[in-house]
Amino acid sequence: MTSADGAFVAFERVQKSYDGINLVVKDLNLSMPKGEFLTMLGPSGSGKTTCLMMLAGFETATHGDILLDGVSINNIPPHKRGIGMVFQNYALFPHMSVAENLSFPLEVRKIGKSEREEKVKRALDMVQMGSFAGRRPAQLSGGQQQRIALARALVFEPELVLMDEPLGALDKQLRETLQFEITNLAHELGITTVYVTHDQTEALTMSDRVAVFDDGRIQQLAPPDELYEKPENSFVAQFIGENNTLEGVVEQIKGNTCIVKLDSGDIIDAVPVNVSAVGDRTKVSIRPERVEFNRERLHDDAHTLKAEVLEFIYMGDIFRTRLRVAGTDEFIIKTRNAPDQQRLTPGDMIEIGWLAEDCRALDA
Amino acid sequence: MSELVMAADGRPLKASLNRALRRQKLRALALIAPLLIFILVSFVMPIADMLFRSVENEIVGDTLPRTTQALKTWDPSADQAPGEEVFDALYTDMALAVEYKSHTRLGSRLNYEKTGIASMFRKSGRRVSKFKTDVYKDTFVAADAAYSDAGQWERWMSDAEIRANLPVTTDAYDGWAKMLVEAEGDVPGEEQPWNFVYAALYQDAVAGAELPIAVDVSAIEPVSISAQFAAVDDSWLDPDVWRTIKTYAPKYTNGYFLNSVDLMKGAEGIEQRPDNEKIYVVLFVRTMIMSLSIMGMCVLLGYPIAWLLANLKDRTANLLMILVLLPFWTSLLVRTSAWKVLLQQQGVINDLLVWIGLVADDNRLQLINNQTGTIIAMTHILLPFMILPLYSVMKTIPPSYLRAAKSLGATNWTAFWRVYFPQSVPGIGAGCILVFILAIGYYITPELVGGTKGVFISNRIAYHISSSLNWGLAAALGTILLVIVMALYWAYDKIVGIDNVKLGG
Repeated sequence: MTSADGAFVAFERVQKSYDGINLVVKDLNLSMPKGEFLTMLGPSGSGKTTCLMMLAGFETATHGDILLDGVSINNIPPHKRGIGMVFQNYALFPHMSVAENLSFPLEVRKIGKSEREEKVKRALDMVQMGSFAGRRPAQLSGGQQQRIALARALVFEPELVLMDEPLGALDKQLRETLQFEITNLAHELGITTVYVTHDQTEALTMSDRVAVFDDGRIQQLAPPDELYEKPENSFVAQFIGENNTLEGVVEQIKGNTCIVKLDSGDIIDAVPVNVSAVGDRTKVSIRPERVEFNRERLHDDAHTLKAEVLEFIYMGDIFRTRLRVAGTDEFIIKTRNAPDQQRLTPGDMIEIGWLAEDCRALDA
Repeated sequence: MSELVMAADGRPLKASLNRALRRQKLRALALIAPLLIFILVSFVMPIADMLFRSVENEIVGDTLPRTTQALKTWDPSADQAPGEEVFDALYTDMALAVEYKSHTRLGSRLNYEKTGIASMFRKSGRRVSKFKTDVYKDTFVAADAAYSDAGQWERWMSDAEIRANLPVTTDAYDGWAKMLVEAEGDVPGEEQPWNFVYAALYQDAVAGAELPIAVDVSAIEPVSISAQFAAVDDSWLDPDVWRTIKTYAPKYTNGYFLNSVDLMKGAEGIEQRPDNEKIYVVLFVRTMIMSLSIMGMCVLLGYPIAWLLANLKDRTANLLMILVLLPFWTSLLVRTSAWKVLLQQQGVINDLLVWIGLVADDNRLQLINNQTGTIIAMTHILLPFMILPLYSVMKTIPPSYLRAAKSLGATNWTAFWRVYFPQSVPGIGAGCILVFILAIGYYITPELVGGTKGVFISNRIAYHISSSLNWGLAAALGTILLVIVMALYWAYDKIVGIDNVKLGG
């Protein structure tokens, strides 16, 4: 990842500290090809917004280089970077009309009046807000304001657009519509997008690749499916989606599989991801929807665990069942609401198991 | 909605709602009642009273009722003093006024309009009881002793027919009797009427009225009252004096207001005051210009500080805020006196300038007792009133606006001027209104550091309130000041819009 050759945006060994004591961003390396939609995902304080601000030019890197199209932009002030940006609270100028907001970036670029008007109109049509040109931002709903903010960031045709939690303040349904619109627009226009969010669903549905941030580092950088199905460490496994964790010690490693002895004494199969030797402590991660309690669907030689049903939650499309397994009360399984699906009742004693490749032995 | 909506109990919904809200409203009213009463008594009523004083002029008519009545027939454009009948009336009025001790007050009041009248009234008041009019009384008493009987007089004066026959006498007697009761505490039925009553009786007799006991008055050599007044002060024969009295005879006058704008009531209506008496228009204009300069200085000095405060970390900002507020915690007098120390010719600032070599020792700057001094000191004193509203408005402008502007390609200056500044205008507006209105009515600071050239209209108002005691003029000046402020406020509302003023939030 350290090589930035041919990359459109690249962070090279970037560090950032505000107080000279703690590093907010620790040794960040990242490179993005042109046209990619990359999401920076992480809990608050993980450094993702700082990275975005360094890219936009509002923060300077303490160490390292940020390259845009192969040129270091460390010393270029924000207004000369030509990067479009959408802010968390839209930051539409309240004293200007929608059209004036959109024409602002064109005016400061000294673009002629007729060309300006044409571009503003095109940008507004692009976000289906053509009839709102004369309104003030305060007269628009949240979703409309978001569309205008997007149009304003795109109107001067930047090649790179940064979005800082742009949908955070909207309700769920509107958020989903806009997620779809934003990705479509980004791909249609072929712009490179860096998107910051703490909402994992948003990250998974929108992005070409997701960078999961924690503690100032990228924990994993991968396409959404890989991120969900093959988390590389227990933070990513915990952070993305719902996840069951069992702790234990590696008993045996055999090529692509290993056997883990849980603290309760039970034996399970797993894929060794970042355990290297017998005797290592490990956290085993298994997704709730990959747990199987129908004996017929399991391999004959698969290890199984005894489980007691504690709670059955009906969620419409799925059933969510909480089990007591290997000493933990928080083991969740999810089953599809299909006609032949068995509905468990609290108190049932069942046996659960899974395919070894769905169970990943991660760092402790 | 044309159809009346009914509540569940069948009453109109509106009435139902009103009934439900009435209790709440009464509660709210009860909560604010103490403050409301306090403000009414301590603020609204004094102001209303003061405004009323700017047109009120009852003192002339109240003190000289007969004279002003008699003056109605006198033509003020004539170049001579009114006739004997006016002086006769003045004799009665003056004799009564002396007992009420109101003639000096009237003298001072008329002295505002024409210098010298105060001393005329004072002197005449001392002498009016010694006017040589004994001849009337002596003639009547000599003709019939009943004319010296107090009881008889009282009986006559309660007889409606006699009263109708002797209008002048009745009027004089009533005035005398009232005065006796009110000012002396005596009983009219036990006192012989004073000379002016007999003089009035003589006037009635000469006019052909039927006397209660017939007396031949043709032998009496009439005494000239006007000559006696003229002997006290010959200004009584000056038609200008009488013009002044006639002009200010009505109960209400616009004279104070005319005076406030350097006009006066002349013989032919409103005219300009002589140039050496014109002070108020100049003073109003100066007050406005200086208040505007102070306001401008406050914007220039306050804006960067407010910006700094709004953009610093809270801890540092709080510390700086204390520095801004520090002047509020120091006595106004102390601060103003400190400016005196700093600004005077042998003061700290001049010393420093001389020491640096910017100013020659024999050419020290005149920084105090002029407009410079007033502007410097008042800018310092009013600065917090600019900074606080600016700060609270700037605090509400998210930094993301500036970032957004820069990300869109604006330079620092464009981002500030096109995006940040327009949003801070409500704060500027609030600060300007606050500073300007405070400045226009400021008193202590200009008084102490303004000298003669740097004083405001308020100093003149204070002078008329406490030194010259011309409250009517003070009230008129104050009213004009109030109207100017309200007019400016109205203009501001029309041009900028008052909902564009924010004190915070």
